[in-house]
Amino acid sequence: MVKKTDILLFDEEKGVRHDGRKPEDMRPVRMQVGVLDNAQGSALVEFGKTRILAAVYGPREILPKHMTLPGRAILRIRYHMAPFSTTERKNPAPSRREIELSKVIREALEASVFTRLYPRTTIDVFIEVLQADGGTRTAGITAASLALADAGIPMRDLIAGVAVGKVGGRIVVDVDEVEDSMGEADMPVAMMPGLGKIVLLQLNGSLSREEFKQAINMAIGAINKIYEMQKSVLKEKFTAYSEAGKNKQQQHS
Amino acid sequence: MSLTPSQIPLVPKVKKDTIISLLEEGKRIDGRKLDEVRPIKIEPGYVEKADGSALVRLGETVVLAGIKIELGTPYPDSPNEGIMMVNAEFVPVASPYFEPGPPDENAFELARVIDRSFRETHAIKLDELVVVPGQKVLVIWDDIYVLNHAGNLIDAGAIATLAALATTRVPSVDKDADPPIIKRFEYEKELPMEKMVITATIAKIGQHLVVDPNDEEESVADSRLSVSFVRDGTIAGLQKMGEGALEPSDVDDMIELGWKTAKKYFDEIEKAVTSYKRMLKNNAT
Repeated sequence: MVKKTDILLFDEEKGVRHDGRKPEDMRPVRMQVGVLDNAQGSALVEFGKTRILAAVYGPREILPKHMTLPGRAILRIRYHMAPFSTTERKNPAPSRREIELSKVIREALEASVFTRLYPRTTIDVFIEVLQADGGTRTAGITAASLALADAGIPMRDLIAGVAVGKVGGRIVVDVDEVEDSMGEADMPVAMMPGLGKIVLLQLNGSLSREEFKQAINMAIGAINKIYEMQKSVLKEKFTAYSEAGKNKQQQHS
Repeated sequence: MSLTPSQIPLVPKVKKDTIISLLEEGKRIDGRKLDEVRPIKIEPGYVEKADGSALVRLGETVVLAGIKIELGTPYPDSPNEGIMMVNAEFVPVASPYFEPGPPDENAFELARVIDRSFRETHAIKLDELVVVPGQKVLVIWDDIYVLNHAGNLIDAGAIATLAALATTRVPSVDKDADPPIIKRFEYEKELPMEKMVITATIAKIGQHLVVDPNDEEESVADSRLSVSFVRDGTIAGLQKMGEGALEPSDVDDMIELGWKTAKKYFDEIEKAVTSYKRMLKNNAT
């Protein structure tokens, strides 16, 4: 593990962060959908070393029945970290942190999913953090939303998220673990970018009002980029499907 | 795992319509203005056996915070700092919707929102709570007990926590004993505080923003934003709650309203703490 004193969080001379990024730079982002056979929908999302797998099961029946609601589907969300995903082994039992994050992610997804289309069912979304290097909840919700789209569940919009923060006195985008643990503030934000609505917002640390405004604007900028990537990865998959379909039809005729 | 609650208090649609149509006229269901908090009553020192405590009434909501100080082992990454832990219990006396058993996600969320606001601002001078460097430190346990749930538990919990911490005394430690032990009810000093921190929650109902939502307002609110503040107005934490979405401009407005509310909370706490300390002094002489 890196020692706290060894790292220059922000190099004022060169204007770069500890890993060479500029304040507004994200880490390399990779996305894939349809990565799991058994799930209705799935996605793998990476922000640098942060790697998240999300799977959607449902809408499906749920027992006991009394947990369902007559006018809508319920959402069941689990954000979970694999024991090997962190520097020190993480006990696989759900921590207070994971319980809280599952709640805020569920509430964010509730804003986007048309739950009223599937009364008396559950839509289950499982988010597994395979490797944690900062920004896991926002990468997690980005993956969850992609998996829901991959499952064909109607939504108002996709959700994309990123963690911004204050590190070495600078507002920066996509904080990694070093910046998160040593920086002054970490602010995860997730939005329905097409609608311009914020569905997840947390702040851990201190910011002045001006810094907050700057941070939220930088988050919006990054979220729009992530949103474009989400759309293109979905388009790629479904274009491939329709191409395959066309070829099949041609063979038959 | 987090589930869509299916045991939520049923609010008749009529009630939601009533709340919203009143808001259209600038009124609230309990007669308050949109930016008006319920009456606040703070009673520090409610539990004599605790090292610090405060009973807080925020309208009908009643929350009791108790501080107990114990000896513990420091975290490996901060060997020369004491520890603060926040825990919340939604005990079944407080509401027909609270069940006995381990804390649920709402209790964890409340505890973690308050915990973060104090931790990240270094509100308590933890470096003054070391007994044996690297080995033994004082652990500040803040247990938040909800006694009656009538909405806005986070603000009530934050007020109770700050009032309790501001009146907490640190017990003496017998360092010659092996291992060191706390001398119960022999106090050495007041808890060293660096900053005052509070949390104020704003609810969005329809297109309207209201401060200090009561339970009925909470159950019809689209979303809520809890904003933590240091006394100088710096934002010390944010937590968006609820199934709705917020416009970026809503967030700005909520932070402004939150700060107005936070200042009222700070004033009430300062009044209560000052008069409690004066009373202690008078009793001592």
